[in-house]
Amino acid sequence: MDYLYHILIIALIYSIFAQSLNLELGFTGLYNFGHIAFFGIGAYASALLSLSGVPIPVAALIAIGLAGIAGAFLALPTLRLSGDYFGIATLVFAEMVHLLFLNERDITRGPMGLPNIPRPDWIGTGVTSLPLLLAVVFFAAAVTFILLRIITNSPFGRSLKVIREDEFVAQALGKNTFLIKTKAIVTGSAFAGLAGVLWAHYITYISPSDFTLQETILVLLCIVLGGKGTHWGPVIGAFSIIFFAEFIRFIPIPSEYTRFVAPLQGMIYGFILVIMMLKRPQGLISESRGQRTTNA
Amino acid sequence: MLEIENVTKNFGALTAVDNVSFRLGDTTISGLIGPNGSGKTTLFHLITGFYKLDTGNISFLNRKIDGLPPHIISRKGIVRTFQQTRVLPFLSTLDNLVAAAPGQLGENILPLFFRPARVAKEEAENREKALSILETLGLTKLRSTPAGDLSYGQQKLLEIGRVLMADPKLIILDEPTAGINPTLIRHLVTILENLAEQSVKIFLIEHNMPLVTELCDKIFVMDSGSLIFSGTPAEVHNNPRVIEAYLGREKDAAEA
Repeated sequence: MDYLYHILIIALIYSIFAQSLNLELGFTGLYNFGHIAFFGIGAYASALLSLSGVPIPVAALIAIGLAGIAGAFLALPTLRLSGDYFGIATLVFAEMVHLLFLNERDITRGPMGLPNIPRPDWIGTGVTSLPLLLAVVFFAAAVTFILLRIITNSPFGRSLKVIREDEFVAQALGKNTFLIKTKAIVTGSAFAGLAGVLWAHYITYISPSDFTLQETILVLLCIVLGGKGTHWGPVIGAFSIIFFAEFIRFIPIPSEYTRFVAPLQGMIYGFILVIMMLKRPQGLISESRGQRTTNA
Repeated sequence: MLEIENVTKNFGALTAVDNVSFRLGDTTISGLIGPNGSGKTTLFHLITGFYKLDTGNISFLNRKIDGLPPHIISRKGIVRTFQQTRVLPFLSTLDNLVAAAPGQLGENILPLFFRPARVAKEEAENREKALSILETLGLTKLRSTPAGDLSYGQQKLLEIGRVLMADPKLIILDEPTAGINPTLIRHLVTILENLAEQSVKIFLIEHNMPLVTELCDKIFVMDSGSLIFSGTPAEVHNNPRVIEAYLGREKDAAEA
């Protein structure tokens, strides 16, 4: 039962992370391969602040804000690039942030990571805290879902799709595409920061190796599998992937072969990605084509 | 209204637009003709800010507009279509139009949360306007169809509708009738003529000469990047340089 709580919490955190990337990738067509950087910035900022005595809710809010500001820093130089070049630049950005965590030892303790990240007293530690943690994370995921739904089911969301479908048309219609894309990245980054905050205070230990390209690929897989540009797609994708990863642990594998499991998992993810691209590029849930996109 | 002064655009060694100057005065519908590769579309890209010009000035309603980004020029009232139709394929026909409404409050994030009633009202008004434009275009039945599933001619119409939605002062159409059937062309002509009555100025590139003659009050002719003639349709028909540009000189014809 406790194990189930754990999986649900992880899946919910990933669903927030996946939803935040979906705003950029699914709705705006921005292939951001550096999204893990904002997850990491949220995690590190909240961990460092709360370790130095800042109350956790305040630390969390500052961390989310910092992730959003970092998003603006990514957007300003890179949004002038188009398509593939933007993707490469974001990849480099994430690597820079990773190296920052690794090498600013005075602040981040480098590869040793940050242990003993505090939790609010009313949640506490140990196994008994799990139901309460699950409730908090569920609340955060629900808020994320609702906020992002309002944002995307709106004229703003429609302008994101206009940019995704044809940036020249968006400009010809008087849309400031640079500003709109910046807003999408800042919002996406802030929600990724939220996911990072939850991660840091749940796991209570973070290190630079938690925030690498590997995690970006995992979250990309969540979106592509679930259905990009939809509301439920990233959520379903995140649950499928996390439950699948945990399910593998229960397959009875002779102990001499267990060392192959981890790399095999990566291969299976890659395989799923390729199959999805070939057979069902729209994902498990497909974006409703044609229907009106606003509730108003 | 629109003034173009000594505008030049080079692509490497090629001079696509060569020192072109003209003004669109009070003429309601003006045409731009010329053989393929004569620089018409490049000129349109320069006017709408999609290309930066190398030398010269462009001004609109007595304000300089060259150097401004495309979205600002669009907001000043010059709205264009593209030579290759560019509808938004995944969005519905109706949303293609609603998306084109200018200055939407709801395209900002904070008003969605703090002024939802205002955003909803604006959206309802824009939808109503879009529906009436769909009615004019004869596309009402297709309003929830993804625009990518429309026929080529319907997409062309939708592009015109999108321009109407944007409340333009001057609309710039790059080959609006290319590849669409005669019935739809008549439909389009009616729409354009109705527009002209509502004091919207129209500037179009068109290869269909009978249509240009019928629609336009004034025609500009380009050849090899230069403006070689401008005048009324009748004057254009009788001008030897225009005939030469389109049909070649007599000597060339004899050799061919």
